Amino acid sequence: MTESTDLAIETSGLVKVFGKTRAVDGVDLAVPAGTVYGVLGPNGAGKTTAVKMLATLLRPDGGEARVFGHDVLREADAVRSRVSLTGQYASIDDDLTGMENLVLLGRLLGHRKPAARDRAARLLDAFGLSDAADRSVKGYSGGMRRRIDIAASIIKTPDVLFLDEPTTGLDPRSRNQVWDIVRIIVAQGTTVMLTTQYLDEADHLASRIAVIDQGKVIAEGTPGELKASVGAGSIHVRLRDANQRADAQRVMARALGGEVQLDADPVALTARISGDESDAGAADRAATALAELAGARITVDDFSLGQPSLDEVFLALTDHPTEQEAAA
Amino acid sequence: MSTATTSETRPSTSYTPAADSLGAVLASGEQPSRPSALSASVTFGWRAMLKIKHVPEQLFDVTAFPIMMTLMFTYLFGGALAGSTGDYLQFLLPGILVMSVVMITMYTGVGVNTDIEKGVFDRFRTLPIWRPAALVGAVLGDVFRYAMASTVILVLGLILGFRPGGGLAGVLTAVLLLMAFSFAFSWIWTMFGLLLRTEKSVMGVSMLVLFPMTFLSNVFVNPETMPGWLQAFVDVNPIAHLVAAVRGLMEGNPEAGEITWTLVSGGVILAVFGTLTMRLYNRK
Repeated sequence: MTESTDLAIETSGLVKVFGKTRAVDGVDLAVPAGTVYGVLGPNGAGKTTAVKMLATLLRPDGGEARVFGHDVLREADAVRSRVSLTGQYASIDDDLTGMENLVLLGRLLGHRKPAARDRAARLLDAFGLSDAADRSVKGYSGGMRRRIDIAASIIKTPDVLFLDEPTTGLDPRSRNQVWDIVRIIVAQGTTVMLTTQYLDEADHLASRIAVIDQGKVIAEGTPGELKASVGAGSIHVRLRDANQRADAQRVMARALGGEVQLDADPVALTARISGDESDAGAADRAATALAELAGARITVDDFSLGQPSLDEVFLALTDHPTEQEAAA
Repeated sequence: MSTATTSETRPSTSYTPAADSLGAVLASGEQPSRPSALSASVTFGWRAMLKIKHVPEQLFDVTAFPIMMTLMFTYLFGGALAGSTGDYLQFLLPGILVMSVVMITMYTGVGVNTDIEKGVFDRFRTLPIWRPAALVGAVLGDVFRYAMASTVILVLGLILGFRPGGGLAGVLTAVLLLMAFSFAFSWIWTMFGLLLRTEKSVMGVSMLVLFPMTFLSNVFVNPETMPGWLQAFVDVNPIAHLVAAVRGLMEGNPEAGEITWTLVSGGVILAVFGTLTMRLYNRK
């Protein structure tokens, strides 16, 4: 990975303490300009606190943070003029209509009324909200609400856009719309810092990911690098006879040298193919395992190879499951 | 990016982000110059007006509440305290005007607290604007509400037989003084709005401060009938001085001392609580 000369965001040893909790505990980040940077972590990991400090909403208790070279404390106004924030806490006024909200923010950014109206109308159109322009935001659906929030953040095209959990609570279709919007915004040159607890979201959008847990960065890299650090992938197997599953688990554990998980489906198992010294590819090693299952007279109806999910990455990095997995 | 081919007609679900239209808006994002402090504050005042337009019920407190206060106290105390309701109204109206408007100021704190709760202020705080603008604008919007309440009470008073000796000029000057003081006084509540965690606690504290400050004054009776210790409180109560000043202006014999007292105390309140408010706003 060639380090870009232009860093949009740079932090070193960033700390925020609430009472006895070190919400952010020495975070170092280097976000290349013009990319989507994912900050991944479970609830309470410190993602939102970190973003709030970068957006000048919270004062850091230690360390430094710069946005395009401007210190978030000493040059807060310079930072504010370059960043924009969308999160569940940085919201718009739901008593007002979508149009009024955008015109209000446009005026506050220095547009004269006609220019503010024009830009608001074009944004509402681009976000598919023209029909709802004159309705109170209170009545918007979850997906519309998230879109107007993002629209409000790009009234003045920001150099850095913070999206704090932009798809939490959205249905899959609305989530895909937000993803498409993020891709378009980045294509126009804005740097996006995206926090999420959905691992596939970071995988889909981000070119680099920092995994945060308990206020610390525990891993950083491209999605591919993070996956490589955990294992080559996994094999998912469906047996014909559920009674043979215990035997199959033993055979596969021996063949692949790793843990084999029993799935909820009584005939299915999933094994991680860990990286090892031998240069055999993941598919070759999976084939070996399948051959050994056949040798043990265990009938396999179906199998598939999967890339390691970021859930597995997280589990491997933190030794404790993400909340979604713990709840499952 | 495929076009939506489903039969969905609701805009929320059939929308597909289009790179060309969205990209065009982003590319045309010319950077306007930073708005002046005044322009930003006025824009926030405009927001307050829009909120009144969308939620007109919130005007209840500046219409029904003052009418109720005026009628209730005129007819409750009038006969007993002044011999007739007509005479009492002449004394009471300037006082009840001050009391109603000062009581309404507490909604400033409630509004600030709600904005924080909903996250609206956090968006404003990331904008490169004059920092106090959001709060100044909110208070300016509230001053409009105070003016409405004053109008309602004065019209009702005139209907009931209140005859100000100071004429139109005296009444207008009195109302302006009241607006100026209430603007300053509102900053106590912006501070509590930022300081306290819930809307209910803001209301609770406001009541705790406002009830003694308005009742323990010269609004209803002449303080000379009160015990000495209470008179001592009334003497330093800025609301009592405001009432005396407003009463003097409306009667046509303005008292320079009371007016000065009111302006100075308003200035001190604004300086102290305005500073505390901005400190909390920046720290939050």
